[in-house]
Amino acid sequence: MTGLPRWLDIGVLPLVNLALALLAAAVVVALVGEDPLEVFAVLLQGAFGPGALGYTLYYATNFVFTGLAAALAFQARLFNIGAEGQATLGGLGIALACLSLETVLPGWLVALVAIAGAALFGAAWAVVPGWLQAYRGSHIVITTIMFNFLASGLMVWLLSGPMMRPGQGSPQTRLFDEAVRLPAVHDIVRALGFEAARSPLNLSFLFALIACVAVWVLVWRTKFGYALRAIGHSEEAARYAGIPVRRAVVAAMALSGALAGCMALNEVLGVQHKLVLNFSAGYGFTGIAVALMGRNHPLGILAAGLLFGALFQGGAELNFEFETITHELALVIQGLVILFSGALAYMFTPWLARLLLARNAAHA
Amino acid sequence: MSGGNGSGEARRAAVRLRGVTKRFGAVLANDDVDLDIPAGTVHGIIGENGAGKSTLASIIYGLYAADRGSMEIDGRPASLRSPADAIRLGVGMVHQHFMLVPTFTVLENVMLGMEGGFRLRGGEADIRARLEDLSRTHGLEVDPDALIDDLPVGLRQRVEILKALFRGARILILDEPTGVLTPDETDRLFVVLRAIRDAGGTAVLITHKLREVMAVCDTVSVMRHGRLAGHRNTDETTTGELAELMVGRKVGQTVRPPESGARTPVLRAAGLTWRQAGSAPRLQDVSLELRAGEILAVAGVSGNGQSELLDLLSGLADVQEGYVEFAGRRIDAAHPATPAELRALGLAHVPEDRQRRGLVLPFEARENAVLGRPERAGPGPWTSGAAMQAHAEPLIERFDIRPPEPRRPAAGFSGGNQQKIVLAREFESVPAVLLLGQPTRGVDIGTIETIHAEVMALKERGSAILLVSTELDEILALADRIMVLNAGRVAGTVPAEGATARRLGLMMTGASEGMGA
Repeated sequence: MTGLPRWLDIGVLPLVNLALALLAAAVVVALVGEDPLEVFAVLLQGAFGPGALGYTLYYATNFVFTGLAAALAFQARLFNIGAEGQATLGGLGIALACLSLETVLPGWLVALVAIAGAALFGAAWAVVPGWLQAYRGSHIVITTIMFNFLASGLMVWLLSGPMMRPGQGSPQTRLFDEAVRLPAVHDIVRALGFEAARSPLNLSFLFALIACVAVWVLVWRTKFGYALRAIGHSEEAARYAGIPVRRAVVAAMALSGALAGCMALNEVLGVQHKLVLNFSAGYGFTGIAVALMGRNHPLGILAAGLLFGALFQGGAELNFEFETITHELALVIQGLVILFSGALAYMFTPWLARLLLARNAAHA
Repeated sequence: MSGGNGSGEARRAAVRLRGVTKRFGAVLANDDVDLDIPAGTVHGIIGENGAGKSTLASIIYGLYAADRGSMEIDGRPASLRSPADAIRLGVGMVHQHFMLVPTFTVLENVMLGMEGGFRLRGGEADIRARLEDLSRTHGLEVDPDALIDDLPVGLRQRVEILKALFRGARILILDEPTGVLTPDETDRLFVVLRAIRDAGGTAVLITHKLREVMAVCDTVSVMRHGRLAGHRNTDETTTGELAELMVGRKVGQTVRPPESGARTPVLRAAGLTWRQAGSAPRLQDVSLELRAGEILAVAGVSGNGQSELLDLLSGLADVQEGYVEFAGRRIDAAHPATPAELRALGLAHVPEDRQRRGLVLPFEARENAVLGRPERAGPGPWTSGAAMQAHAEPLIERFDIRPPEPRRPAAGFSGGNQQKIVLAREFESVPAVLLLGQPTRGVDIGTIETIHAEVMALKERGSAILLVSTELDEILALADRIMVLNAGRVAGTVPAEGATARRLGLMMTGASEGMGA
């Protein structure tokens, strides 16, 4: 994509971007009168210190799902920026399954239905823009973003009306039955007889890892993935090859939406155990930056997801430790990383190419 | 390096290059090039695709900066940072793909970028007068108020030349200018080039067509693998010698094998008319028959319906009126066929645009070798590197694709070798029908021989071949029958035997009807 050798594109460029983001963040921190090194130490401690790792991995789970969603669509050069809405609908799928079935079926079966519901509802919410793009030429960026608004409106209506917890005035459903919730990792570890700090980390982290492998196999080891990549590089060539481009576009969006929908497994089925408003909280958008930084490869997305998880968790620690660093300033630091590794991901490509490749040429 | 240079020494050099070197990554596009382009001549730069002639032209026009070496223009040292510098020094360029705004008039295109102030009207009258003057003195008549969209290709090129002259060009570089022209338009271009020369200017013609060099150039430089392979006066050389300099060895001619007997029809199309929604038909009432073991060539100036015909027959565009019969299937508006279905019925297609359509450039060669043939990529829904490797290796060997690396991305091969990847894939199964679009466009001479031999071999094995080419030489060398398209209509179908470039050229422009066939 950048014309750089792979090792530069995948290995060096993201690190350079990260370093520059941290440099910019250091300037901001210095401006408010704190010592940048001390702040970064607290950030690291906050992300990976005792008891913190679970939180970091919990955030990372969200980023991996939404990052994979963006990356899978992008293989077919589709810019799915509707992961927010698709995740929201995934949450709805879970809530409907749990609330309607938990008294009828055994808990583990309800959980399975809820997982399928998350994927199906997320997929359905992405298929409509995908179909509109493929068969009617509506631009997917416009439609997916509109569907985010629709999802959020739908959720307000449902949670303040039909699905609202009986006898209460806040926009949320009642709690799901204990038996259908995804087990927390600290509970599993304690059951095995080890000590573990309490954290929101739950079984969906494992699902995220499985999703990474599945996406890799799908994209690089199946004919469907071959078709997606062909469409992404040259739709003309794909059509020439007899690939049913429209159907593949719809299918890619369905899978992308299913992955985004699975983000709700972590938040709704794993942590909140009820459907609340705005649980997607921007993870869908940040997933685009995660996919960009991870170069649309599951391994890269896992690494970038962990980085963003660490930033979110460590960043949250900052305003406990420093009076001058408020929650908003922590957001600024996170925003800088997103800016440099997402929006400006390729800003330094020509400069890097000249610096490193010219030297190589001189050696040769 | 400038061996055999006779009168060039005596003349002043319009452009003088010394030791010019340009590298793109691992590719040495220009390697220590010394070149003198004598002033007041038509000078040809010829070479195979990838020999570095376009890079050299881009350096002279300031589009690229040379890594090393020096340049003089009209005897003064020149270091160009952009085309604006080149224009200031009197260098103009006519690109292969025209740089015109199609919805502007000729006048508006000429004044684009030099409107002379915020308000348009003031400069316009002055510019109109100067433009008309230029047109007259150089024999470049064109209506200044005509929309570019309404002009035929030959006249658009004229506008490009006027644009350059208007900006004070005394040295005019033309990059493959005849690719889009009819033989007649080509002749008229050559008249213009001679007029520029006679007015004291210098024209630099970049081409791979030896015949044109011999027809219009006074002197010629031959490039091979980024280096200058020789410099000749055209009246002291032959096309044979130039071809040898280009390729570095003797070049043979494609030999036409003896005609075989009666042939059975394999594909029949009747009354094909096709239009883009809401516009004039691009194809009108086209009928044809492809027979086993026969090559039907479609001749015509590029853009006269050939591409649409290929799209219709390959299933990339849906039949609107008329029908196609192939392998027992009738394809019409009510019964469309997809490219995949047609391929399963035994149709192969070498598309005209291999870079956008025939190949997925970032894909490895072995991945491209299964494009459109998913059953070769691996078992069931899976792709397998081993299966693709096993499929690609014999193809690479048989077609001598270089470098022989199945895992190299298609973008990393030269134009000729990219084309060989496409041909290897499409020829492999000995298709019942082969649609062959521009098989040798942008391919070097050595590879053209190989490709022509493979096409003839496929014909001998019984494939029915539809050849679309803008190279009349290629059509005359390969075809059994020739169908000429003009403005989307069949201007005539003639047997190749006895057909001449001149006669076909007249039919291509609609000046003469062929006999029916």
